[in-house]
Amino acid sequence: MQKRSIVPIVYILFLMLPIYWLVAMSFKTTNEILSGFSLFPQTFTLENYVTIFTDPSWYWGYINSILYVSINTVISIAVALPAAYAFSRYRFLGDKQLFFWLLTNRMAPAAVFALPFFQLYSAVGLFDTHLAVAMAHCLFNIPLAVWILEGFMGGVPKELDETAYVDGYSFPRFFVSIFIPAIKAGVGVAAFFCFMFSWVELLLAKTLTAVEAKPIAATMTKTASSAGYELGLLAAAGTLTIIPGAIVIYFVRNYIAKGFAMGRV
Amino acid sequence: MKTENQKAWFFVLPVLLLVAFNALIPMMTVVNYSVQETFGDNIFFWQGLDWFQQILRSDRFHAALGRQFMFTFLILIIEIPLGIAIALSMPRKGFWVPVCLVLMALPMLIPWNVVGAMWNIFTLPDIGLLGYFLNHVLGINYDMTQDPVAAWVTIVTMDVWHWTSLVVLLSYAGLVSIPDAYYQAAKIDGASNWSVFRFIQLPKMKNVLTIAILLRFMDSFNIYTEPFVLTGGGPGNSTTLLSIDLVKIALGQFDLGPAAAMSLIYFAITLLVSWLFYTLMTKDDLN
Repeated sequence: MQKRSIVPIVYILFLMLPIYWLVAMSFKTTNEILSGFSLFPQTFTLENYVTIFTDPSWYWGYINSILYVSINTVISIAVALPAAYAFSRYRFLGDKQLFFWLLTNRMAPAAVFALPFFQLYSAVGLFDTHLAVAMAHCLFNIPLAVWILEGFMGGVPKELDETAYVDGYSFPRFFVSIFIPAIKAGVGVAAFFCFMFSWVELLLAKTLTAVEAKPIAATMTKTASSAGYELGLLAAAGTLTIIPGAIVIYFVRNYIAKGFAMGRV
Repeated sequence: MKTENQKAWFFVLPVLLLVAFNALIPMMTVVNYSVQETFGDNIFFWQGLDWFQQILRSDRFHAALGRQFMFTFLILIIEIPLGIAIALSMPRKGFWVPVCLVLMALPMLIPWNVVGAMWNIFTLPDIGLLGYFLNHVLGINYDMTQDPVAAWVTIVTMDVWHWTSLVVLLSYAGLVSIPDAYYQAAKIDGASNWSVFRFIQLPKMKNVLTIAILLRFMDSFNIYTEPFVLTGGGPGNSTTLLSIDLVKIALGQFDLGPAAAMSLIYFAITLLVSWLFYTLMTKDDLN
């Protein structure tokens, strides 16, 4: 083991401490949490998890979140693929301005848009649906997906396109059966980032939902305030929100660093 | 070389429509509010630019903006060098690379309000791990609900915890793209570690670092959920950052006009700083 590996180790320990505390707390009873400090759970309990998995108002929060995040990821990637292809292969009127305009949508604070979004999606009758949240999250996910995919496509030589046309492929067939497989790492990375930013966002998701599509993060804030300090339950719910992200990141672990490096500045 | 083809617009059209639906309509609503006064019941009065003047002259806005710049400055000055340092000391290949990357990316995948709640219970003076350790083991009087300095230290530490990994991932991506031949050449020339960093690694990381600084600037400047859950803007107003103040005005007091005007000023500042930085960093590439 080299001496310099001490830096990443200390850093990772620092990252894990609050997570450890959250997980440890989720196995404690609320009484134990409030009665004083203990490094490990003294009376180990699964009560908090049982509550979450048996109460529909809890576990539907997770289902809702996963639903709108998945819809968002599919929409974002589906529309970003052809757009990224256009940006990476062609020059057209206003292409640079359009690209920068797309990126500026990441700069608007979500707090600015909360109220107008509520009015907009109420007006079109989508309020409190999974589709509403999925579409609202497109605001910041599509620009990111276009940006990442464009970087990956730039790394594919143009000769691939030309050879396919010479071989008599039509454009849609070439795009689906040759081009997309060639950049599948990029699709994976882009999907990962769409998943991530949609999963962690709360302000818009909360604003656009009431009952039917309420995300888990919103369920947590409401339950916490109505039932007093249910810290154990809150910690268990929090722990469970880490798991989907951890699963997704495991699948793209080898591409994640690459995905960023290829984006154009 | 790219070919000129106006039909490419058809490929971009779905993206354009979806983003425009989400960006332009709400933006027009905000612009609409910002020049009107309302007393409810959907009755509006023309107000002109009064709200903008009022916001630009208000001490409350200046104070929130000051705190916002302070916060963004602090987290950038910590996260960027720290992220680079960690990336430099990571292994380049082998079994530990994916392990490190997965563990480091974990904080970024936690919903933002959970991050706030997590740091809240982590720092509670008597029952949180960090709070207990500081108060009862080190004997430092630490309570972020009472002490503004402690509250600031906590939100900055939380952001460093949450987002330094993004800088690490980006810098690391830049580093692994450097061919071994560069290092060998440096070795033959007898270059010091510092000159390898200054003349090989840093220039190679310039592009990804530009992205890192831009993303961190935009996201930290717009930060809302985490500090709101953690401190609620307190104690007093000491950690009321710009977007927390904005939500207080818009949803707490329901002053839509001033809130809308403030949103637009806020957006314009973010846009201006990002554009200046972007232009400055990419200036050399164009020449």
